[in-house]
Amino acid sequence: MSVQFCGLELAHPIINGSGTFDAIAASRSFGEQLRERFPFAAYVSKTITLAPREGNPPPRLWEAPAGLVNSIGLPNKGLDGYLSEDLPALVGLGIGADGPAAIPLITNVMGASAQEIATLLRACDQRPEIAAVELNVSCPNVRTGLDIGADPHTLEAVVREVRGCTRKPLIVKLTPNTADVGACARGAEQGGADAVSLINTLRASALTPRTHDGGRTAATPWLGGGSGGLSGPAIRAVALAQVASVAARVSIPVIGMGGVQSAAHAQDLLDVGATLIAVGTESFRDPAAGTRIAAGLHM
Amino acid sequence: MSTAPFGRRELTITGVQRLGAYTVLRADDADGPRGGWAPIPGQFAMLAAVERWGGGEGERPYLARAFSYARHTGGEAHFLLEDVGPGTRRLCELQAGERLWALGPLGRGFRVGGRDLDERRAILVGGGVGIAPLAILQDGLDGASSPHGEGEATVLLGFRDHARAEGAALMRGARVATDDGSVGHHGFVTELLAQELDRDAHATIYACGPAPMLEGVRALCERHGVPAQLALEAGMACGFGACFGCVVPRRGGGHLRVCVDGPVIDATELDHIDAHAGAPA
Repeated sequence: MSVQFCGLELAHPIINGSGTFDAIAASRSFGEQLRERFPFAAYVSKTITLAPREGNPPPRLWEAPAGLVNSIGLPNKGLDGYLSEDLPALVGLGIGADGPAAIPLITNVMGASAQEIATLLRACDQRPEIAAVELNVSCPNVRTGLDIGADPHTLEAVVREVRGCTRKPLIVKLTPNTADVGACARGAEQGGADAVSLINTLRASALTPRTHDGGRTAATPWLGGGSGGLSGPAIRAVALAQVASVAARVSIPVIGMGGVQSAAHAQDLLDVGATLIAVGTESFRDPAAGTRIAAGLHM
Repeated sequence: MSTAPFGRRELTITGVQRLGAYTVLRADDADGPRGGWAPIPGQFAMLAAVERWGGGEGERPYLARAFSYARHTGGEAHFLLEDVGPGTRRLCELQAGERLWALGPLGRGFRVGGRDLDERRAILVGGGVGIAPLAILQDGLDGASSPHGEGEATVLLGFRDHARAEGAALMRGARVATDDGSVGHHGFVTELLAQELDRDAHATIYACGPAPMLEGVRALCERHGVPAQLALEAGMACGFGACFGCVVPRRGGGHLRVCVDGPVIDATELDHIDAHAGAPA
C-alpha cells in the first residue's frame, strides 16, 4: 500500500490537511499513544509565516450544514519560533526524525510577496527535518490585494521566482476561490511546482444569530475575522470536481482533499487522479480518522 | 492531566435521568485503565450520537459537542445536558441501550492540593449546566483526604428558574440563587459569593458557568485577592488543540486554547471573560 510521492516513500496515501492537526498539542491530550498510532503517512504543519501571528479574535468557528466555517487567521510562532521550538518537538514525536519509522514532515509556508516566500523556502531548505514544503497561496498579494493563487499568471510568476530557493519538493496548495482552478494548477506546474494540493476552504461567512424574538440589530458578521472558509462534507462534491479538473490538466502529482470522511470518499479522489489524500475536518471529529480511512483503502 | 485514548470510542448509554430542565446521561465507560478512562474533575469529553448525528435543525449537528464529566463512578461516565440546539437536542433524546461517540478525558482539570491553597476553604460556584464539573470536584474535595482540611466545601449555585434549579440535586448542600426568585436567593449567584467573601475571604474558588457569571466571579476574586480557577466554555471543533477555534484572550496578549490550556484556567491569566465565544449547541 506504500506510495511514492515526489521521491518520498509513504506507508499509505493518507496525510493531514495543513492546519487541521497539531501533533504537539495532540501529544498533550493523548500521550505516547499518538506516536504509537500516528494516523498520517506524512505530517503537514500549520501555515508558518515569516513573523509571528496571533490569529483572529474569537469567535473563530461556525457550524454550517454538514460542515464548518472557520476564521482562525493562521496563528503561528513565525519562522524562527517554528524552527527553534516546533521542529525539535516534532522530532521528539517521531515526525521529521531520522530513520525508517519516521513520519516525513511537510512544512506549509505563506508569504505576502515573492521575497517573503523566498526567505521561508531558503530557511526550510537548510533543515534536514523537513522533507517537503507546501506553499499556501491563499494569501493576498501585498501589492495587488488579490490572492496570489487566484490568478494563473501571477501564480506562475511567483512560483518561478521562488522555485530555486529550495531543492526540496515544492507543493503548491491551490485556492478553490478562483474562476479556473485547472489553469492555476497549470500555472503552478509551469512555474516549477513538484505537486499541487487542493482544495483549500471555500470562502464563506456567517451572521450573528437572531435573538429569540426573531430580531437582530444589524447584519453583523459572527466571525471575529469577518469571513472565513468552509470545510467538511458540505464541500466534498466541489472537491471531487476540482481535483478531477486539476488532475486532467497537470502531469505532476495531486494531493486531493475536501470533506473526506471515509475510505470510499478517499478512493473517489484517487480514482479521479489524486496521488495522496489529505484528511482535515474529519480529524476534528475523530483524531484517529486518518488510520480508519487508510485501513479501508484497497490498493 | 489525565490523557485520553487516541481516537473516539463507542459507549453504550446505561441510563437517562431528567433533572428539571436538564438531562443526566450515563454511559458505560468501564474499559481502560483506572476502571475506565477516569477524568480529573474539570476535564471534558467530546460527545456525538452514533446514529442520526446530522439532519436536525439547519442540517446540523455536524461536530461533536464538549461536555464536562459530571461524575465518573463504577465504570460509568455521567454528563449533564441541556437541550439548547440541534446537537444537545439529539443527545437528550438518547435512550438506554443507544450508542454514543466519546473522545476524552480531555483538557486540564481543576488543580487541587497546591501548597498555596492549603488552609483556605473551598467555595464552588456554578451556574446553569455549568455545575457539572463541580459535582465530581465536590466528591473529591469532601473525601477524607481533602486538601482543604476539615469541613465541607461551600457550594453556591445559580439558575435561571425553578426548572433549572432542580439541577442542584446533582450536588450536596448547595445554596441556590435564581434569576426569577422562584428558588432560594432572588438574584445572581455572584451576590452569594460576595456575601461569603465579605464574611471570610480566606478561600479559594472553583467556578464553572456562563461567561457573565465567570466574569463576575473573576472580578470579585480579583478585588478580594482570592485565588480562583475558572472552567470556561467555548465553541470548539475538536477538543484536542487541532482547530485553534476555542481561543480566549490571555492577559498580557495572545490567546489560550480552552481545550488544551484549559478548560480550567487560573483567573490571573484572564483580563476579562467575553460572552460571545459560546459553543455550538
